[in-house]
Amino acid sequence: MFKWLEKNLPKIVMAPAVGLIGWFVYGFVLWTLYISFTNSKILPKYELWGFGQYEKLWASRKWLIAVDNLLIFTALFLIFCVVIGIILAIFLDQKIRAEGLLRTIYLYPMALSFIVTGTAWKWILNPTLGIQKMFRDWGFENFTFDWLVDREMAIYTIVIAGVWQSAGFVMALFLAGLRSVEDEIVKAAKIDGASLFTVYWKILLPMMRPVFFTSFVILVHISIKSYDLIVALTQGGPGISTTMPALYMTQTAFHKSQVGLSAASAMMMFMAVAAVIIPYLYSELRRENAR
Amino acid sequence: MKKLMIALITLAFTSTSSIAGPKIEVLHWWTSGGEAAALKVLKDDFAANGGEWMDMPVTGGGGDAANVALKARIVAGDPPSASQIKGPTIQEYDQEGVVAPYNIDEVAKAEGWDNLLDPMIAAIHKCENNSGPYCAAPVNIHRIDWMWANKAVFDANGISVPTTWDELNAAAEKLQAAGIIPFAHGGQAWQDATVFEAVAMGIGGNNYYKNCYVDLKESCLRSETTVKVFDQMRKLQGFTDEGSPGRDWNVATGMVIEGKAGFQIMGDWAKGEFTAAGKVPGVDYYCAATPSNNGYLYNVDSFIFYKSSDPDKQAGQKLLAKLMMGKNFQKVFNLYKGSIPARLDVSMDEFDKCAKTSNADIKTAGASGGLVPSFAHGMAQGNTMKAALQDIITEHFNSDMSSVDAANALADSVLANM
Amino acid sequence: MQDSLKSSSYQQLEQKSKYTNIFLRWFLYFILILFASYFIFPLYVMVVTSLKTMEEIRQGTLLSWPRGLNLESWAVAWGGRGYGAGDTFLRPYFWNSIKMVVPAVFFSTFIGAMTGYVLTKWRFKGDQWVFLFLLFGCFIPFQAILLPMARTLGVLGISNSVIGLVLVHTVYGIPFTTLFFRNYYISVPTELVKAARIDGAGFFKIFFKILLPISAPIIVVTVIWQFTQIWNDFLFGSTFSFGEAAPIQVALNNMVLSSTSVKEYNVDMASAIIAGIPTLIVYVLAGKYFIRGLTSGAVKG
Repeated sequence: MFKWLEKNLPKIVMAPAVGLIGWFVYGFVLWTLYISFTNSKILPKYELWGFGQYEKLWASRKWLIAVDNLLIFTALFLIFCVVIGIILAIFLDQKIRAEGLLRTIYLYPMALSFIVTGTAWKWILNPTLGIQKMFRDWGFENFTFDWLVDREMAIYTIVIAGVWQSAGFVMALFLAGLRSVEDEIVKAAKIDGASLFTVYWKILLPMMRPVFFTSFVILVHISIKSYDLIVALTQGGPGISTTMPALYMTQTAFHKSQVGLSAASAMMMFMAVAAVIIPYLYSELRRENAR
Repeated sequence: MKKLMIALITLAFTSTSSIAGPKIEVLHWWTSGGEAAALKVLKDDFAANGGEWMDMPVTGGGGDAANVALKARIVAGDPPSASQIKGPTIQEYDQEGVVAPYNIDEVAKAEGWDNLLDPMIAAIHKCENNSGPYCAAPVNIHRIDWMWANKAVFDANGISVPTTWDELNAAAEKLQAAGIIPFAHGGQAWQDATVFEAVAMGIGGNNYYKNCYVDLKESCLRSETTVKVFDQMRKLQGFTDEGSPGRDWNVATGMVIEGKAGFQIMGDWAKGEFTAAGKVPGVDYYCAATPSNNGYLYNVDSFIFYKSSDPDKQAGQKLLAKLMMGKNFQKVFNLYKGSIPARLDVSMDEFDKCAKTSNADIKTAGASGGLVPSFAHGMAQGNTMKAALQDIITEHFNSDMSSVDAANALADSVLANM
Repeated sequence: MQDSLKSSSYQQLEQKSKYTNIFLRWFLYFILILFASYFIFPLYVMVVTSLKTMEEIRQGTLLSWPRGLNLESWAVAWGGRGYGAGDTFLRPYFWNSIKMVVPAVFFSTFIGAMTGYVLTKWRFKGDQWVFLFLLFGCFIPFQAILLPMARTLGVLGISNSVIGLVLVHTVYGIPFTTLFFRNYYISVPTELVKAARIDGAGFFKIFFKILLPISAPIIVVTVIWQFTQIWNDFLFGSTFSFGEAAPIQVALNNMVLSSTSVKEYNVDMASAIIAGIPTLIVYVLAGKYFIRGLTSGAVKG
């Protein structure tokens, strides 16, 4: 008995985490799957109805816009956060004066919730209140920055605010990564005559693979869940041009009384996320294992 | 650390203890300014009658966040005693079986609500398809089709209050030529829809409005008149400034107050902003109905009472329903909120000019068939259909979609959600 | 080690011609300051606005410096106006948030540490799949699972309570805390654990005697991350707690997003800053350790 316990103790310790995630993530996904096949309206109902919600979903322009926006946003958000994060990390790593201050400035946006920093952003981006007005007041009469109110461009302002919030965190991850590299590797490269650029580009960055991995997980998690950001900045507008899946889901379930349709959209999200993320996570983990 | 943890948990478990007596848990989103002050009147009344009020304010998105919280509570099997739900949505909740057995009907009968309310308003608050027992209580009647104009700006440009949409367009062009933003508007979906319904009632007429937006007739939605309504929307869009998309409605009102803009089309809660800025109707600003043929778009705020097995909460529901329909609350609340009392026998003496106009117009409109429910504020349609209409209206207003395409898209959207 | 790396790259910069060097330095600072202004801009707007009177806000521009120090909006945000109804202010909700954050951070961190420990030091067949199983939980949009969550909490009898919120935040923190601890522990030499096992140390003894003492950096990272996430949560707070028991973000939201009222931007901004102060303090004070914690955990593997 004791032997058995000892042998299985690691698994027993894992059990609460696995059980909780099993129920609160996978159990709820199954529930959502079931509801997506019902005609639930204002509240969940349990009589099966068929694939109607999925047909409705893909016939909805708003959903298609939401999916488009998610792709645009995620791609740009990832690229900019990582590029800015890496640049800042490398620059900060050059024995800079006031490094602590700068680092704190880059990092603080992550500490604030978007409920109100959103209000500040809304002002800054609004053409009649913010940057555009500021420049025009300074005498640049033709300066235009009206992306927030332009239905084609509004999604990019959301990227600007999103990157503002998260790029600093990526910077921190990379800075930490750069500093944990064994010094000998850099020294050896320098003896071979490598330039500073080469050291970073050819040697250090490729070693940052695990940092890319962590950044990826955290950034994609933020972008899939981006809701506060949209609500604070555009509420999905102008028109419906900046709708994103998380907003669509919330609106259909809670505002439009279409719980079934919302469940269908959630299932599409789960499947899309699983199709993209699981292979990536798996290949990264295998790679790590092989080492 | 562990000790602290245990202490915290025990604290969390034991923080609620109370005495027996009428109890009420109210989910609402009236957290600020006049609304909150008005609600305080109700809370104080409730406490004076020996009740215990548990407040559940959840603001955000005009009740969106509250809706999330409400559904979570219902699904958890523990609905609040009362929440801010109105119009056809009352029936939707009733059909889900979370309202019966209509605990407050007893109070309604005893107090004679049937005699205190207009039959049309009364029907909204009766469950079982608008003809059964009372299950909700109205607190006010808002008018949607108001135009709020800065008097000084109008005077300086020689403009009088327009009585037709052509006059309104001409006035707006005059303002535009004078370098003033004619139309203060916040480009949010619900605000676009608010303006749209005023235009639809005005240009299409009361019967058109009923056919299209109450009865949802496809032929009406695709008609030439709908195209004209969208044409007028496009004109109005030309009168807004570039900062309009996403702007909050009260910021737009502020533009009228400060004379940066000429007028705004918005429900009568906008009056609160003028009052707070110390402005007087008729002196500093005009409150006038948007052009229509004696039309009146109404929006009634109500509270629905869910089923409850707790006798204390049942007593609380009865007490709250009684107080809500009480003369005093109906008067004080509406003085704050800008609307008029739902109860017919409240004296209008203390109300201002705008509220008196509203009170007189609703009677005229009622007699001439011009009293129509607002769809933008969830009185004519349930949430699904409201959103179906709103999505197209806001998309048209914020793009270069043609009026014909918009009318067809509107009809398609309605059919898809039937 | 860090210093020598820094000095080595510095030396290399110095090897270049003096002018290029100076130019590069200036360029470096230019870019860094450019980004710093991008990051600081919204905070500047918030602070400045919070210090203005409403009159100044109406007349002035976004950037204009406040005429005086109007601290009234801060006082109102924190303690209200004292007229009762609708007088939402932050003070009472602060404690609510703390009551929720402290246990949730504690439990999620502890569970993450244990799972990270098992996944790296007590490996079993299929442990990669278990990690994947947990990690995928990061990507669940919370809006999609509110209703089954409500039902679950209802059945457990803890809907509308702090316990419910603690549970929810603990559960959805597990994927992240596991990720952090696993990445950290994977860099701890397994030989250490093996040796201890040969000496007869058990599962928990190894954890508490060998791993925990060297875990301070990653605990800092995890606690900061969880603290920020939970403190800033609005969705769960507004869905599963009400009225006087609501966490601070819900109160903040109630103050700021009231759609039918006169907007007092100065009070809004002051409240936002007040609600953000705990997390800001954590970031500023622990920021150094944060980088250090990540340093020792993020890359090695």
